[in-house]
Amino acid sequence: MSQFVDRLLFFKKYVDRFPHGFGVVTNESRAWEDSYRQRWQHDKIVRSTHGTNCTGSCSWKIYVKNGLVTWETQQTDYPRTRPDMPNHEPRGCSRGASYSWYIYSGNRLKYPLIRARLLRLWRAERAAKDPVAAWTAIVEDPEKSRHYKSIRGMGGFVRATWDEATEMIAAANVYTVKKYGPDRVVGFSPIPAMSMVSYAAGTRYLSLIGGTCMSFYDWYCDLPPSSPQTWGEQTDVPESADWYNAGFLILWGSNVPQTRTPDAHFYAEVRYKGAKSVVICPDYSEAAKFADLWLSPQAGTDAAVAMAMGHVILKEFHAERTVPYFEDYCRRYTDLPLLVRLEKRGKGYVPGRFLRASDFADGLGQANNPEWKTVAWDEASGEVVVPLGSIGFRWGESGKWNIEPREGGSGAETRLRLSAIGRSDAVAAVQFPYFGGHAREYFKSTDHAPVLTRNVPVSHIETAEGTVAVATVYDLLLAHYGIDRGLGGEAAKSYDDDLPYTPAWQERITGVKREHVIRTARAFASNAERTNGRSMVILGAGLNHWYHMDMNYRGIINMLMLCGCIGQSGGGWAHYVGQEKLRPQTGWLPLAFALDWNRPPRQMNSTSYFYAHTSQWKYETLGVHEILSPLADPAAWTGSIIDCNVRAERMGWLPSSPQLETNPLDVCKAAAAAGKEPAAYAVEALQTGTLRMSCEDPDNPKNFPRNLFIWRSNLLGASGKGHEYFLKHLLGAKNGVLGQDLGARGLPKPEEVAWRDIPPDGKLDLMVTIDFRMNTSGLFSDIVLPTATWYEKNDLNTTDMHPFIHPLTAAVDPVWESRSDWAIFRGIAEAFSKAAVGHLGVEKDLVLTPLLHDMPGEIAQPFGVRDWKKGECEPVPGKTMPTMTVVERDYPNTYRKFTALGPLLAKLGNGGKGISWKTEEEVEFLRHLNRPVEEEGVSKGMPRIHSDVHAIETVLTLAPETNGHVAVKAWQALGRNTGREHAHLALHREDEKIRFRDLVAQPRKIISSPTWSGIESEQVSYNAGWTNVHELIPWRTLTGRQQFYLDHPWMVAFGESFTLYKPPIDTKTIDGIMEEKDNGNPQVVLNFITPHQKWGIHSTYTDNLLMLTLSRGGPIIWISEVDAGKAGIEDNDWIEAYNRNGAFVARAVVSQRIQPGTTFMYHAQEKMTNVPGSEITRERGGIHNSATRATLKPTHMIGGYAQFSYGFNYYGTVGSNRDEFVIMRKMKEVDWLDRPLEEKRQYMEKAE
Amino acid sequence: MRYIDQFLFQFYPYLCLVVFFLGSWARFDRSQYTWRSQSSQFLRRKQLIWGSNLFHIGILLLFCGHFFGLLTPPEVYHRFGLSTEGKQLLAVAAGGIFAFVCFVGMTMLIHRRLMDPRIRRTSKPTDIFILLFIYAQLILGMVGIPVSIADPDGGNMLVMAEWARSILLFQGGSAELIAGVPWIYKVHIVAGMTLFLLVPFTRLVHIWSVPIWYLLRPGYQIVRQQINLAKKGA
Repeated sequence: MSQFVDRLLFFKKYVDRFPHGFGVVTNESRAWEDSYRQRWQHDKIVRSTHGTNCTGSCSWKIYVKNGLVTWETQQTDYPRTRPDMPNHEPRGCSRGASYSWYIYSGNRLKYPLIRARLLRLWRAERAAKDPVAAWTAIVEDPEKSRHYKSIRGMGGFVRATWDEATEMIAAANVYTVKKYGPDRVVGFSPIPAMSMVSYAAGTRYLSLIGGTCMSFYDWYCDLPPSSPQTWGEQTDVPESADWYNAGFLILWGSNVPQTRTPDAHFYAEVRYKGAKSVVICPDYSEAAKFADLWLSPQAGTDAAVAMAMGHVILKEFHAERTVPYFEDYCRRYTDLPLLVRLEKRGKGYVPGRFLRASDFADGLGQANNPEWKTVAWDEASGEVVVPLGSIGFRWGESGKWNIEPREGGSGAETRLRLSAIGRSDAVAAVQFPYFGGHAREYFKSTDHAPVLTRNVPVSHIETAEGTVAVATVYDLLLAHYGIDRGLGGEAAKSYDDDLPYTPAWQERITGVKREHVIRTARAFASNAERTNGRSMVILGAGLNHWYHMDMNYRGIINMLMLCGCIGQSGGGWAHYVGQEKLRPQTGWLPLAFALDWNRPPRQMNSTSYFYAHTSQWKYETLGVHEILSPLADPAAWTGSIIDCNVRAERMGWLPSSPQLETNPLDVCKAAAAAGKEPAAYAVEALQTGTLRMSCEDPDNPKNFPRNLFIWRSNLLGASGKGHEYFLKHLLGAKNGVLGQDLGARGLPKPEEVAWRDIPPDGKLDLMVTIDFRMNTSGLFSDIVLPTATWYEKNDLNTTDMHPFIHPLTAAVDPVWESRSDWAIFRGIAEAFSKAAVGHLGVEKDLVLTPLLHDMPGEIAQPFGVRDWKKGECEPVPGKTMPTMTVVERDYPNTYRKFTALGPLLAKLGNGGKGISWKTEEEVEFLRHLNRPVEEEGVSKGMPRIHSDVHAIETVLTLAPETNGHVAVKAWQALGRNTGREHAHLALHREDEKIRFRDLVAQPRKIISSPTWSGIESEQVSYNAGWTNVHELIPWRTLTGRQQFYLDHPWMVAFGESFTLYKPPIDTKTIDGIMEEKDNGNPQVVLNFITPHQKWGIHSTYTDNLLMLTLSRGGPIIWISEVDAGKAGIEDNDWIEAYNRNGAFVARAVVSQRIQPGTTFMYHAQEKMTNVPGSEITRERGGIHNSATRATLKPTHMIGGYAQFSYGFNYYGTVGSNRDEFVIMRKMKEVDWLDRPLEEKRQYMEKAE
Repeated sequence: MRYIDQFLFQFYPYLCLVVFFLGSWARFDRSQYTWRSQSSQFLRRKQLIWGSNLFHIGILLLFCGHFFGLLTPPEVYHRFGLSTEGKQLLAVAAGGIFAFVCFVGMTMLIHRRLMDPRIRRTSKPTDIFILLFIYAQLILGMVGIPVSIADPDGGNMLVMAEWARSILLFQGGSAELIAGVPWIYKVHIVAGMTLFLLVPFTRLVHIWSVPIWYLLRPGYQIVRQQINLAKKGA
């Protein structure tokens, strides 16, 4: 009834009363309740997820009402776990639940945007010219190109049509391919696992035209190089459910409840089950409250803690007492029994390389790859034997690449000897490098000598070269850790000895009490002893983002290997940094890199790329000698860090982009004119110097990156290490670089790289960002294209945290004029095909590829390092230099190729990680499922890949993880290599074919495949290394085993053949700038740490209003009370932090939880979200990456050497950033730079 | 001229009253979520505590003064010993004080609404309009005070009270009654009637809803009658 009339019944409001008059009964209208009912009513629920750099991979219900996405809640229909385990659900955190805000927010990109100045130039030229000619007229005119480049980052976008935008992009791409070469068109997009088809859309386009696809895992510094070093595996980890199987858990530099929120319940549950837990991190994190014991070492010194724990484990569980399980595990699964050659050095020895079968006159009976077969002693006979499994068995023969305890020749059983004690003929002094004595301000050092001498049992063996001294890795390892074995010399008698690497020694460096280290190590090992390896370490970015991350990690990995935890349920190494697990990888690769049309694709490691092309190398102050081993010959290490990278590219270790200074299309034409094979022609030209590799002269305009696509990423912001250098050198925009380059400072310059004194700016002709929101990268782009959000497209999503594959699906169509990534790149491909006509036809392209892991090239360079350019060897492609392949590109047919599954899959098969299988059946199946292409042309009759769903079905059909038939084929293929039967792991699911609609109905558990080292089963949770241990599949390393010892000459030279403690590097970015920029307020110097946060969607999205409202709504930085007191900073004060790389502003959060001496600025706070101007740069804010700069580590450049071989996102230089320091002080004035446009206009006009 | 007088002082009052009542009812029934005062205290407390309290105290007392002053027949207050001159003096004195209080409060509120960027941004045009309108009406009333002082025997007051009662009692011929009063009063009356007219269209609807019954609530626990149960029990 009427609201008003109801009120008129005022005196009848109460129809009854409770006793004592405390309550009343009414019969008022309940109509108002409808508004609450309507609040939660909806028209449909659609399954989707968040395609973000978060390992959560949670399935969500997206609610749609009146055609609008209204909110989202967690899905709860995951397949169940076993009866004795908690279920995975509910998965999803408050940050995920805030996502729907973006769809209709003011920050949403709605239309294609083009920089107004560029668009005006384009329209003027395009009126009379064809698209390519119009683009040529703009970029080849320095005045015109300066006109639009100089105002990048200063706004000025106007709305454009899709046709206009794609035509301009296509014209730029055609021009660049024709003029400079296809590898100058590059694209950066991270983490395929978060939305596989969106990733593949861009890389498929780039791979068809010969463009370069950039890596992310290494650039983000999420790649742990220790993993490929130890296991030959990019990263493989247990699913989070496996935490529940652990008996002892260490959380080390990983904040599970904050950054792995949907999985944290397993941690809580296993604590209730009785597991013990130690948390190690400098700050009192959210994880610390779960701990039985919280250890707080000084940030950056974790390796010292790990070394001391290793010391305790080796002493109590290996040297003083034999634990049968540990001993057996180490003997069978690690390199500890293998023999290492010792090289004479002064009065003693230094450890050299592994002894190989080829060292013996008869090759120990091994004719195939004897130089790649490591050897050990048979315990019973005392003879040297060649155990199965080393990488020499992987290539050139079949059926012998396994780690059964057998000898490689006769196949007889063998039990390898771990220690030479009892059979050695001498005890010799062996020298080990020590870095803990490096005096560094802000870190504590000890006064031990740079070379430690330890006694080791040594034997002498007759080889082809004569007698050589050898020792087992086991004996060397114990000596290295300073364990006293009664051999005399210097060794720790007690834990209190001040000797590397005792618990007392670490206390001096880390500040952690020795008894805590001893207690933790003992508990860790004794749990593993009693449970056969159920001790686990969850470790993360807190360790892996340091320059010497591999030392932190390998120290911990050693503990795990010594206690037999790797590959055992409830045990192992759980590195959750970045979402690397693209479950249906081998099904996705052909789609993503157009392997169905041409091979190989161009792939580049981003760290080296951005280091070179944003000219960060020109500011490099870290000398190679600072990190070199005291045992290495400094004279052999001249030059700087980029010189190492250039040598690595030349020797075929690392990829290059651009590859050759001359357009590779022109190289092929010139070769044809000369009547030569392009590869032979190029080798000759490189040798004579008429052709140069681009890496030798990155500042030459011929070698500039020209066109850059960024999609699914915030490359300049969240991912822009050295943000200000990007602005200055790549874009030519206003920037805040505060330091001067080496030339200006008169410091030594690199020797392999041409130095050009005038810093080039605005290298890029065109930067295109594809995103659903305006962010820091979009601000600086020339064209911004609006893409579909995660609730507006169809795609696939997987993670390492759970075993399910599940979809993104379109709850609503893309709003405004946005389009899915697949549709965008399909449109660009179409425009490109049109624009190419008359400029590009069928062309030959010479592609350079480094020596790749899991390919025969990984055993190209067995001994020593030889550079052909220096005449140390002949240039042989695929052996001493990059492989060279001619690829035919049919440019006008790019669109047809993009939208059809090409012929190479049926012809060459599919595969990955060193195995391959035939796949005609699957191609035929797809022809029926997706329907064949009907249009005339190169793709007629081939399976269509027109829509995103076609692309998804292609991935699911080709991948063993989602197609049981393929899984069985894949296991059989691996079985041919190993000589063992593995197909039983997939046979029970052979008939299963997971389709897109199945996933929409419910997330599906994937099928076990040899791509991964764990299995999906009803008996065990997914655990990395499980198939190595239980199926005896070798690790993909030199020895086929897990390696404590890494014998590549560069590893030896940098003192990292065994892991040890290295103090953080000195980036020298605060030198000489503190006084210069003083504003009168007291200043403090703090270690600058950028962890992942609580108030943004993982590492990228910090502009969400809901999350901003929950925190302080703008940039914040955490500091300790102690440092705040020193600098006179109070909570919520505006501060400025700076170093030579740049400056940024933020509000201070003063907290007891922060370790004095450090400061935390959570990742990815956007430049445009409530950021005032900097006092120093006079520019808006700066972001956390304004204070960072990437520095490369030479050991990450090694290639052509078993597990040290390049793989895309597998190995290569990584973009570390935690060794950085900033100067912090309170701001004098907070200037929001809110000025009238007139003032800006002046600048903009000046910029012309 | 006669026509305008007829309209403003004979028909317009009824128009205003009808819109005031029916409009309020319509809004109450159709648009419950807009039935509120739209307080901006949440956005900024500054100036509001003093401004709002002074304004509300002033305007409520002025309302009471006008209400009783205009509608009480002279015989009634004469019975209480209040002469017409005395009432005139009381009206001028009390009205002047309340008007001043209200004026101070309103000045603060207007300053806050226009000058505080946060409040300004979140104001709808009607919020600013109604504030300025009441302010103008208040000033008109205050401008009338000297005129009243010049008329100590309260002749005009009597005429206007007579007119108000005749409107209320549907006696007809009201416009003629008021034709002779000074124009300043006439403008004030028209504006006052317009204020009633505007109530349903602005935040002023909150004058209807005062939670006074809360003070007299009969029970602490309120249970709704279950209709089916009630039927069964019957």
